[in-house]
Amino acid sequence: MTIENHPQNLQADWTYDPAPQSIEHVDIHDSYELFINGKFTSSKDGSYRDSINPATEKTLAKVAEAGVEDVDLAIEAARQAYEGPWSQMTAAERGKFLFRIARMIQERSRELAIVESLDGGKPIRESRDVDIPLAAAHFFYYAGWADKLDYAFPGRQAQSVGVAAQIIPWNFPLLMAAWKLAPALATGNTLVLKPAETTPLTAMILADIIREADLPPGVVNIVTGDGDLGKQLVRHPGIDKIAFTGSTAVGKEIMRALAGKNKRFTLELGGKAANIVFADAAIDQAIEGIVNSIFFNQGHVCCAGSRLFVEESVAQEVTQKLRERMETLIVGDPLDKNTDIGAINSIDQLKRIQSYVEIGQQEGGELYQSSCILPDTGYWHAPTLFSNVSQSHRIVQEEIFGPVLAIQTFRTVDEVIDKANNTPYGLSGGVWTDKGAKIFKVTRNIRAGVIWANTFNKFDPSSPFGGYKESGMGREGGVEGLLPYLNLTTNTR
Amino acid sequence: MNDRIDVRKTHKMFINGKFARSESERTFNWTTADTKDSTNICRASRKDFRDSVLAAKNAFSGWSSRTAYNRAQIIYRCAEILEGRSAQLVEELHAQGLDPEDAQLEVRQTIDLLVYYAGWADKYQQLFSSVNPVSAPYFNFTALEATGVVAIIAPRESGLLGIVSAIAPALVGGNTCVTLISEEHPLCTASLSETLHTSDVPAGVVNLLTGYRSELIEQFSTHMEVNALIYFGEDKDEITQIETNAAENVKRVSICTRHDWEYESSLSPYAILRTQETKTTWHPIGF
Amino acid sequence: MTWSETKVDQIGVQERVARLQSRSIKSDSKKEALTLALSMIDLTTLEGRDSPNKVRQLCYKATHLHESFPGLPHVAAICVYAPMIKTAKQALQGSTVKVAAVATAFPSGMTSLETKLDEVKQASQDGADEIDMVISRGRFLSGDFDYVAEEINRVKEACGSAHLKVILETGELVTLDNVRTASDIAMTAGADFIKTSTGKIQPAATPEVTLVMMQAIRDFYRKHGRKVGLKPAGGISKSKQAIQYLVMLRETLGQDWLNPDLFRFGASSLANDILMQVVKQNTGIYQSTSYFSLD
Repeated sequence: MTIENHPQNLQADWTYDPAPQSIEHVDIHDSYELFINGKFTSSKDGSYRDSINPATEKTLAKVAEAGVEDVDLAIEAARQAYEGPWSQMTAAERGKFLFRIARMIQERSRELAIVESLDGGKPIRESRDVDIPLAAAHFFYYAGWADKLDYAFPGRQAQSVGVAAQIIPWNFPLLMAAWKLAPALATGNTLVLKPAETTPLTAMILADIIREADLPPGVVNIVTGDGDLGKQLVRHPGIDKIAFTGSTAVGKEIMRALAGKNKRFTLELGGKAANIVFADAAIDQAIEGIVNSIFFNQGHVCCAGSRLFVEESVAQEVTQKLRERMETLIVGDPLDKNTDIGAINSIDQLKRIQSYVEIGQQEGGELYQSSCILPDTGYWHAPTLFSNVSQSHRIVQEEIFGPVLAIQTFRTVDEVIDKANNTPYGLSGGVWTDKGAKIFKVTRNIRAGVIWANTFNKFDPSSPFGGYKESGMGREGGVEGLLPYLNLTTNTR
Repeated sequence: MNDRIDVRKTHKMFINGKFARSESERTFNWTTADTKDSTNICRASRKDFRDSVLAAKNAFSGWSSRTAYNRAQIIYRCAEILEGRSAQLVEELHAQGLDPEDAQLEVRQTIDLLVYYAGWADKYQQLFSSVNPVSAPYFNFTALEATGVVAIIAPRESGLLGIVSAIAPALVGGNTCVTLISEEHPLCTASLSETLHTSDVPAGVVNLLTGYRSELIEQFSTHMEVNALIYFGEDKDEITQIETNAAENVKRVSICTRHDWEYESSLSPYAILRTQETKTTWHPIGF
Repeated sequence: MTWSETKVDQIGVQERVARLQSRSIKSDSKKEALTLALSMIDLTTLEGRDSPNKVRQLCYKATHLHESFPGLPHVAAICVYAPMIKTAKQALQGSTVKVAAVATAFPSGMTSLETKLDEVKQASQDGADEIDMVISRGRFLSGDFDYVAEEINRVKEACGSAHLKVILETGELVTLDNVRTASDIAMTAGADFIKTSTGKIQPAATPEVTLVMMQAIRDFYRKHGRKVGLKPAGGISKSKQAIQYLVMLRETLGQDWLNPDLFRFGASSLANDILMQVVKQNTGIYQSTSYFSLD
């Protein structure tokens, strides 16, 4: 199909007025403390770090910085709770606590959504419609498992592991906290959670929910701080298991730190997913899928479809439609209900993305950006495409973690499968085709832990998520998500 | 003494989301053991059963196609509402002969049972489904689906736990049901109906009838729109009658005993399997 | 002729619709949308019991929507059964409101081609500005696309100077693939507008079928350079729905289609709901139906 003859004009005279989410009912404290042993306490050395709103660059609150002593206290509290009330409780009762937390997240959902958007930069529509509901659902799902573990693994008795250290990233702060807490608690463990340093606030509200839910003190402890705090947790002798979501580089560091220590760990690391569009795909819906895969959440998604492969016969149509669709993406104030793409999470991440875009241009990639107007203050990046690039380009190999898509064409299916797998990563992948047999064949051949056919970036608490190769090991979600937090023993008869 | 005149409860049945008397307008008089207090309980007719089956059939497609998460939330809400009504149910069980402590325990167990089964809604599929490694290039998967309209003859000897224990697994699995509550212990029916009604359980998904087993067992076991029947009891004649009648449309019949409704023994995903079908699908794998 | 059938993924369409419906249209942009929507309405009466008086009353409403609120536009057109064209033309003399008539054995389309063409010619002679035809769904569903196209072709010819709207009756087509294919056939065969439904069966217009038709129109324009109009009809009675359709229009087809020459709402009670919203937007007070005339 020839496309370029009559290009569309999508610049309408009818524009949308601002539709700001009202936030006066939300109370953000001036400061937040550590949550240790059921109470909010300041750090031993009294230090704080500012949490900034990336859309305005203004400080939202100051948050306590945990030091070595605080780490000891938190882990000790978790240990006491583990050996005390938490393991003495029946599994059914444990489950009921998680049902309570799920319900309370639902009750405070608007507050959580607003704070999530203020703290992290993601659009209110996303936090309201995706992040918070999924977080509640995750607690709801795992609550039900607590007293059913006998059925989960045939021929095995399931026993908790002990005290877990959980380190989460800044791209889905509350949701990542839910992904970590829910299965760990359902399986009878206690934990110390470290939120990301740029997005601690929803974890603080979660701590408040946990306190209100009357969870026994010490079962959940939340300590805030930077990367060094994470290192301390990982290396602490009082921890039985580490769960980490973050960059592959740090994941490898963790593996080295734990070598020879006989500790359990799971890692959910980076990705550079291939998103494959065949000529026989439903093209308009594939365009939506591409947009979902790389531009939403500002591209801060480990499983983002950052390498687009388009069958050559439809490449022109797809590229043109993609560019036109990008023009309708609204970049701006995260608290505006019409915003599609919010603020980049931090100045560091913005610089990182910008440097990759420069590299891409230096490497000879053809750049296209939508004509959105970026606000003067705050951290923003326009949705960006690179065409005329190949597997050998750095921007095609390395994870950018921003709204930057690299487009390649392919001619045959075996070629694209090889290229899709031609990466050290293996977190996710996408396939767009109307042909059923091809879906099954291609998904079977892509070496990745989550593959979406005719959709992308879909999550559900019952659906296991995790990577192959350097994208990590272990799964979160589903029955498989219980495994990392259990010791499976044989019944002795 | 308090001179206030109580507003006495009217005990109706629950059909298609509405509180209804029997279309026959018959009732039977239920009394406490010491015959001091009595209540008029609806005596369901075959037409009430017919109407209930129609309601259950119409409600099936909607209920079974809701997400498992949604069903879980609704059943959990039933537990929430029941928790709030504990006192009323304890009183009704006590009136039916239970000591207050036993009544209290039974109500708590019923609530916990609902929480238990709510937690299975989005999980049993994962345990009992499979991707099958067939010896040909096909993607072959087996998944569970709800059986359909389930007729339930609730245990004679329980006023609350047995009823809910009979219904919950079928409900969680996406089925709709028509339940006959025993003439010996009918007093909690109204409170149970009110709980369902308040919990966003869609109309027609659970229908509760009170009446005489002897009158209704023939209808329950012969109706051609009923896909499965779950019977609680040990009466050989009743069982033979049911199993003979079930042959008419190949109803799936489950014969259950005390063991299958008591709290300590019955909680299990296998109870859900009673009212599930399995479907296996094949699709080629290739370019 | 071989017809290429573009594939449409239903779930993908539903999700795109859901995202478009999450747009929040406020203040001035809401007022503009409401006024625009009003100017795009085809005020419709298609009842077996329609009489000339009924039609005259509707025509008066069309040009006097709400006298107590100045500055409101007229609706785009009146839509009536063919025998009422002359009555409507007379009643609307001197106004900008167009007269559209349904023809071709509306709503079923179950009669001979000759009968349909006679009806269309008569309607054109009687002065209809626009003629709404129905496609032969039975023929379409049995794969006889050539027949469907040829019929549209012949009707277009019989229309003379009148614009042709082709009603797909999407409720009977069921799948979005079918909606897309029928859209492409209609446009290729000469339709000036494609229209979702007769409004006589359920479901009538839905956001999903409308989005698919917009995508078809967009691809057709790119390929052939001709702009075809769109009319969702039936089931659109609330302002909120109308605004959602305009959002969908704006983000799929753009400014060029945001006018009554290329977009219409086939509706009867929508007008009053929009009027209530317009007054509410201006006064801040929620309105009552008692204050808005029924035709």
